[in-house]
Amino acid sequence: MNPLELLRGLATTLSMMFERPVTYQYPEIKRPVRERFKGRHELKRYDNGLEKCIGCSLCAAACPADAIFVESAENTDEERYSPGERYASTYEINMLRCIFCGYCEDACPTEAIVLEHNYELSFTNRRDAIYTRDMLLVPAPEHGRPTPMVTAPREFDRSIPEMADPQ
Amino acid sequence: MSVTLTIDGTEVTVPEGTLLVDAAKRRGTDVPVFCYHPKMKPVGMCRVCLVEIGRPARDRATGESLLDESGDPLIQFGPNLETACTITVGQGWQVRVSSEKAIQGRKEIVEYLLTSHPLDCPICDKGGECPLQDLTMGHGSGESRFLFDDKIRLAKRYPLGELIFLDRERCIQCARCTRFQDEIVGDPVIGFYERGRRLEIVTYSDPGFDSYFSGNTTDICPVGALTTADFRFGARPWELNSAASICPHCPVGCNLTLSTRREASNAGRDVVKRVMPRQNEQVNEIWICDKGRFVHHYARSPERLTSPRVRKNGKLVKASWNEALTRAAEGLKGAASSAVGIASGRLMNEDLFNLKELMAALGGRAILVDSMAGGNLIQRYGVGVGSNLGSLGKRDAVLVIAADLHEEAPIWWLRLKQAAERGTTLIVANARATRLDDYAKHRVRYGPGEAVQAALGLLHLNGGDPELARFEGDRALKSAARAIKRARNVTIFFGQEGLNYAGTEALARACALITESKGRVGKSNNGLVAVWPRANTQGAWDMGLRPEPAGLHRALAGAVAAYIVAADPVGDDPAAAAPFEKLSTLIVQDLFLTATAELADVVLPAQAFVERAGTFTSGERRVQRLYPAVGALAGSLPDWKIVANLAHRLEVDLEDKAAPLVFERIAAAVPDYLGLSYDDLAAVEPQWPEVGGADLYFGGTAYANKQGLGVQLAPRGAGRPLKWKAPPRASAGKDLLLTPVTVLYDRGSALRHSRLLEGRIAPLQLILHPDEIERLGLSEAGEVEISWDGRSERLKFAASTDVPPGSALVPRGAGLALSDPTPVTVRRSNS
Repeated sequence: MNPLELLRGLATTLSMMFERPVTYQYPEIKRPVRERFKGRHELKRYDNGLEKCIGCSLCAAACPADAIFVESAENTDEERYSPGERYASTYEINMLRCIFCGYCEDACPTEAIVLEHNYELSFTNRRDAIYTRDMLLVPAPEHGRPTPMVTAPREFDRSIPEMADPQ
Repeated sequence: MSVTLTIDGTEVTVPEGTLLVDAAKRRGTDVPVFCYHPKMKPVGMCRVCLVEIGRPARDRATGESLLDESGDPLIQFGPNLETACTITVGQGWQVRVSSEKAIQGRKEIVEYLLTSHPLDCPICDKGGECPLQDLTMGHGSGESRFLFDDKIRLAKRYPLGELIFLDRERCIQCARCTRFQDEIVGDPVIGFYERGRRLEIVTYSDPGFDSYFSGNTTDICPVGALTTADFRFGARPWELNSAASICPHCPVGCNLTLSTRREASNAGRDVVKRVMPRQNEQVNEIWICDKGRFVHHYARSPERLTSPRVRKNGKLVKASWNEALTRAAEGLKGAASSAVGIASGRLMNEDLFNLKELMAALGGRAILVDSMAGGNLIQRYGVGVGSNLGSLGKRDAVLVIAADLHEEAPIWWLRLKQAAERGTTLIVANARATRLDDYAKHRVRYGPGEAVQAALGLLHLNGGDPELARFEGDRALKSAARAIKRARNVTIFFGQEGLNYAGTEALARACALITESKGRVGKSNNGLVAVWPRANTQGAWDMGLRPEPAGLHRALAGAVAAYIVAADPVGDDPAAAAPFEKLSTLIVQDLFLTATAELADVVLPAQAFVERAGTFTSGERRVQRLYPAVGALAGSLPDWKIVANLAHRLEVDLEDKAAPLVFERIAAAVPDYLGLSYDDLAAVEPQWPEVGGADLYFGGTAYANKQGLGVQLAPRGAGRPLKWKAPPRASAGKDLLLTPVTVLYDRGSALRHSRLLEGRIAPLQLILHPDEIERLGLSEAGEVEISWDGRSERLKFAASTDVPPGSALVPRGAGLALSDPTPVTVRRSNS
C-alpha cells in the first residue's frame, strides 16, 4: 500500500475539521422550515377576534385519516364565536392519526384551519395527542376581542365573508 | 288502460293518467323536480322538470294520424319545453329528457333558482342531502349571469313555531310545505304571504305552526329552508349512521330511522341525533307525527336508572345485579302462586313473553295494566292480511267509534283523511266532535258513554239480533248503518273514550259482530282495529297477558309479591298506593325511578327502545322489528334479559341470550306467530314512490326501507259464535260524567323528559260546555272542585262547545288520577 495515499486521505479528514458542520444542535438550535411546510394545525381568527371556523365539518369529511372530530352549535348575537349561525363547539384533532396531508386546509371554506410551522409534536401518552379547540385556536389579535363576544344584531349573520363581483 | 310512449328512445308502458315525471322515474330516468312530490298534486311552480315532448300529429280536418314517408306516425315537437310534472302521458308520445334543448332549459332554470339562494352550504343543515345542491351539480351551469349584488338578503332564523325554523333566504318557493299542510294534513297553518321576490312563508296559528305533522315539512323541503329545532346545527348528514326502529308511542307502529353519531357530550359514544320516517307504504307511508319525531330525548335523560336498587333499612340503595336479582327471586319464590306480574303495552313481545312464561311457571298471574278490552277479539276478527289504509277506495267504508284518532294515533288519522278524500265512506261515531268529523260522510253522535248503544244500533240495522231493536237510534245512525251494509269492505277502529273495561268489552263484541254480519272476516281491509293506549298492547294480548277487569287493586288482593314492568300504577293514581305498600315484595323494572319504584323493595333498570332489539305488534297486527341504534346505558339490561336472569334464579328456563332466540320461542309457542322469524320481519320489497335513494329530490329525505316491512298476522276467523253484550249501566244521580280523553302531548314520562315539546303538553283542566259553566255560575278565571267516590280535586277549567251535554272532559294522563269515565259532582271552588 502506498503511504502517500494514506496521507492524502488523512489530509481530507483534516481539512473537513475546519469546515462548518451541516448538522444542527437540535433542540438548542432549530432549523427554520420552508414557508409551505405542513406542521401543527392552527384555527385562525378574523381581525376583530371572531373565529374563522364555522363548524361545517368539511375538514373532518376530507380527512383521509379520520383524525378530525367536529361538533357544532348555534351562535347568537349575545354569545357569538364566529360569523353566521354555526360554530364549532367541539374541535379535536388526533395528532397521532394526522398524516399532515393538508386536505383539511383545502376543504375549509373560510381558510380557518392552517397547517403551520410547529413540528414539535411528541407525547408521553395517547390522550395528549388529541388537540382540542382551545389548543388549536390562535389567541385573539391585538385589536380583536376574545370569543364568545356580544355583537350587534344582524352584524355578523353571514358565515361566508362576501366577495365582490368578478371584474 | 295503459299507455305506451317513448322516453329517450326506450319504450315504456304505464297506466293511463300517469304523470310524465313518474313514467320516466319508473323507467329509471330521473327528471329533476323541486316542487313536484309524488304524494301531492302537481303545481308546476319550479319549472325545473322541463322536457321536450313530441306528440303524434293529426290531420286537422279528419282527426286521423299523419304518417311520415316510412309509414310511421309523424311526431310533432312543440316549440317550447314543457314541465314533465304537470303533464299526463299520452299514447305514442316521444319524450326527450336528455336532448340538448331540454338540458339547456333546465340549466337556465337552476341558474334562475339560484339568483338569491345563499351560498352557505357549509353551514346549512341540508348540505349533504340537499336536492338543490345535487341538482345544481347535475344540471346547473356552474356560473351565474346574475349580479351578486342583486342578491336579496332575508331573515336567516325565523321561527315558524318552537319546533320548525325557517331560513327565508334559502326558500325557493316550491310550496311543498304549504301544500303538505293544505292537501295532506288539512291543517293550513302556514302559507305564502306577499308575492314575487317578496314572497315568504308565514304561519297563521298561535302557537306557531300548530300541527301534529309539522316535522314532515322539513323532510320534503328540497332546500335547507325548513329545519327542526331538534336537529338544527346538530350534525352533518354524511356523519350520521342509521338504525331502523319502530315508534313506541302509539299503536300505529310507524317505521323510523334513528340517525346517530358519536358525541363528546356522551363520552364519544353514539347518541340519537334525529328521528326520521322510514318508508312503509302500508303503515306510515313516509310520514311520522311530531311526537314520534321529537320525544326521543327521554332515552338520554340523566334521570335514567343506571344500577339496580334494593331496599335496606327502609331506604333504596344501589346494589349489584346479583344482589338485586337474588333478593327479587327470594321474594317471588316465597310468594309462588301469590305472585302477580304487571306489565304495560310499552314492552316488546320478547319481554312480555318472558314475563308471561315466568309467571306461568310460578303459578301466578300476568296482568296488563291497560283498561281496554278486545285484544282476544282482534285475534279473531282483526283486519285481514294485506290490509292497508292506503288502498281503501270508493267502495270501502271505515267506522271510527269512541276514539279521537287525531290525538290517539295521528298517522291513522292522516291516512283515513286521505282515504275519505279518495271516496272511502268514513263514519265517525263519538259523543263529541273530533278532528276526523270534517272528513266523515256520516257523523253519529251518541250520549256520553253510550258508544256501545250506538254500535249495537249499527249492528241491529246490519241484520243482527231482533232483541237489538231498542238500540235502533236516530237518522244519522241509520244512514251510517246503511253505508256499512252497502260497502264492500269495512274496517272498524274502536277506542275506549267514555268507556270502562266492561264498556270496551261490549263495544269490541258489537264491532266484531258488525264485521261478521258482512261475512268477510279475515279478508283484507275488513275487520277490527283497536286504538290501544300503547304501542304494543296488542302484542301483550297475543303473548297471553290480560287486563284485570275489576282493576289492579282486585288483582293485588291476596298477592304477596308483585313484579311490575314498564308500568307506574302509583304514579297514575297516588291513591292506589295502599295495596302496593302491603306487599311483602315489590319489584319494579323501569327506565326511571317512578312513584311505584319508590315504594319498591327491588328496582331493576331497563333499556329504552333506542338501545334495544325486539318486536312490536301494531294495532293492525303487523309484527315489526326494532334494531338497536345506540349502545345501552351502562348498568341497564333489556327487559327480556332481566326477566330471564330472574327466572334462572327460580330454576325456570327462559331464553337469556338474544332477542331473536326469544322470538324463536314465541314463534314456537304462540299460535298466531307460528313459524315467524326475525328474517321474515326483515323482508322488504320495492315500494312506490321510491324514496331515500340517490335522488332525494323526488320523495324527500325519508329513509328507504331496507330493514323490514314487518309481517301482518292473519286473524283466526270467527270460530265459535259470539254473543253481543248489553252496555254496562251508567250510574245515575250525579250531575256530570267526567270523561278522560286522550291527548297526544300528555304528561307521560316520555314527554316530561323531552324539553322540545314541553310547551305543548296539555294542561290539566276540566273542559266544560259554556252552558254548564253558566249553570254552575262559574267566573272566568276561577277553579272548580270536583268530587267522586269520596275524593275531591280542585282544577282549573276551560270552555268548549264540543263537550257533549251532561259531561265534562279532562285530558288523560295530565295529572288527574282517573282512567275510567266517572260521574262527578262539580261545584265552584270556595276560595
